[in-house]
Amino acid sequence: MIQELCGVQEVCEVAESIYVLKFVSEGISKSVCAGQFVNIKTENSFIPLLRRPFSVYRTEGESVEIIFNVIGRGSAALQRKRAGEMLDVLGPLGSPFTIHRSDFETAVLVGGGLGVAPLPILTQFLKRARKDILTILGARTARRLVDTHLEQVHVSTDDGSRGFHGTVVDLAKRLLQNHTVKNPKIFGCGPTPMLRALGVFAIEHDIPSEFSLEGPMGCGVGICQGCPVELVHGDKKYALMCTDGPTFDIHSIRI
Amino acid sequence: MSMVNTSFALAGVEFKNRVLVASGTFGYGDECLDLVDVNTLGGIITKSLSLNPRDGNPPVRIVETPCGMLNSIGLANIGVDKFVSEKLPFLRTVDTVVIANIAASTIDEYCEVLAILESHDGVDGYEINVSCPNVKDGGLSFGTNLDLTQEITRRLRSMTRRPLIIKLTPNVAYISEFARAVEDAGADAVSVINTIIGMAVDVKQRKALLPTVTGGLSGPAIKPVALAKVYEASRAVKIPVLGIGGIMTTEDAIEFLMVGAAAVQVGTANFIDPGAGTKIAHGIRRFCEDQHLEDVGSLVGCLEAEVDASVLHSWL
Repeated sequence: MIQELCGVQEVCEVAESIYVLKFVSEGISKSVCAGQFVNIKTENSFIPLLRRPFSVYRTEGESVEIIFNVIGRGSAALQRKRAGEMLDVLGPLGSPFTIHRSDFETAVLVGGGLGVAPLPILTQFLKRARKDILTILGARTARRLVDTHLEQVHVSTDDGSRGFHGTVVDLAKRLLQNHTVKNPKIFGCGPTPMLRALGVFAIEHDIPSEFSLEGPMGCGVGICQGCPVELVHGDKKYALMCTDGPTFDIHSIRI
Repeated sequence: MSMVNTSFALAGVEFKNRVLVASGTFGYGDECLDLVDVNTLGGIITKSLSLNPRDGNPPVRIVETPCGMLNSIGLANIGVDKFVSEKLPFLRTVDTVVIANIAASTIDEYCEVLAILESHDGVDGYEINVSCPNVKDGGLSFGTNLDLTQEITRRLRSMTRRPLIIKLTPNVAYISEFARAVEDAGADAVSVINTIIGMAVDVKQRKALLPTVTGGLSGPAIKPVALAKVYEASRAVKIPVLGIGGIMTTEDAIEFLMVGAAAVQVGTANFIDPGAGTKIAHGIRRFCEDQHLEDVGSLVGCLEAEVDASVLHSWL
């Protein structure tokens, strides 16, 4: 975990109102694992007061990328950043996806909306681990799809403007019920209702699954106790999204 | 080499500087070792410890507000026994003062927790949380009751010679009365202030943003309130006042010292920068060097333009 002032390299609109911000941090780029996040102070003021967590989207050399849409003050500030400006970044944080296991051969990456965020870096790691990859993406419309830096992509849109007309979970069910997918494990990320539906399907079909959750955090490092995730069993009622997560085995949490 | 004396003593315990990290904002001291050299802090105050582990409140626990945040953590903590077995071994190795913060829902429970800690090395003193606004039982109901606050202090005082600090709530009419009551009962210091009760509303849903409806407000938004409470309390008692409330910068900390705090606690700032406390400790030293002051203590209560107590009360 390091905290440093990082130079912004660029901010690009990669789909309608969706941006990728690239900054330089050799330390984070070299140490981050798929599924981890960075916590960014978006403005040098007390509004907004807290940092904002972003999954690492991709790394390239000494550069790190995050992806976001503009939903509030913090993300609006990021969208206005220009090359050369400095960004106070803390990371890499959180527990990564578990990929070096022999309990699967095909990684099935399922991303709803901005749930695509951790999938490109996950793809980088999975390729290194020589796993087969199948990617299933969903978006409201084709204009909001971000499908670069991924492998074997299948697409769904809510309005049918591209690919399968329906939800990403419905598409995932179709593809997974087709038995050509060998020994799958689902890596899911997206809105909670989507993950809930995907989780029900995965448990019914006994497919190992790990989800990356998103939610408000205070500190990102486990000191504020502000981001509880309800656990299903064990002696603790809650885990912390920031340190125990953001990735969780679906059997361990109630979402 | 700096010649500024940054240290101060409290009930026989020497602090290397006047900047501590506030309870609940620095975990158990071992979470951010990659980022912070905890030995540069004046002291670490632990997350509130209760007799049994506490799960804490369901989500949502934190809501950001302008220049501040509301929290409703609900005293989530590992419990005193696990603290002793899992956290104290590390805390024994640090070269800074370790203060255990204690929360409970009955007076006997406060005593039980303190008794357990008293039987171990590694804890240099206690801060008593009589003012948590986010739990149903105990917490604030003690801190707003003068007799109970005094009784807790008296009972705990009889059990320990280690420094005993009572953390007071601002959610009372006159914090000075509470400071005086615990001083009379034998407390060595008071921490002023805990969070201020606050709330935030989602107008579309017509719901409070926190499921507990209200929470504790902290951050820069509360600094002016905290300064006024420290000013009031420090003029009412002879024991040291530890100033807390929205300290983000060196200048903020110096303001607290000037209005009468003998030391400060950095809280919410740790969530944004876990190194905030060490940077502020360094900044205070630099300020004194620049001002050719030999002792940080000379800043304590140095505010000019004193007003008399009757005027002070008429503001409130």
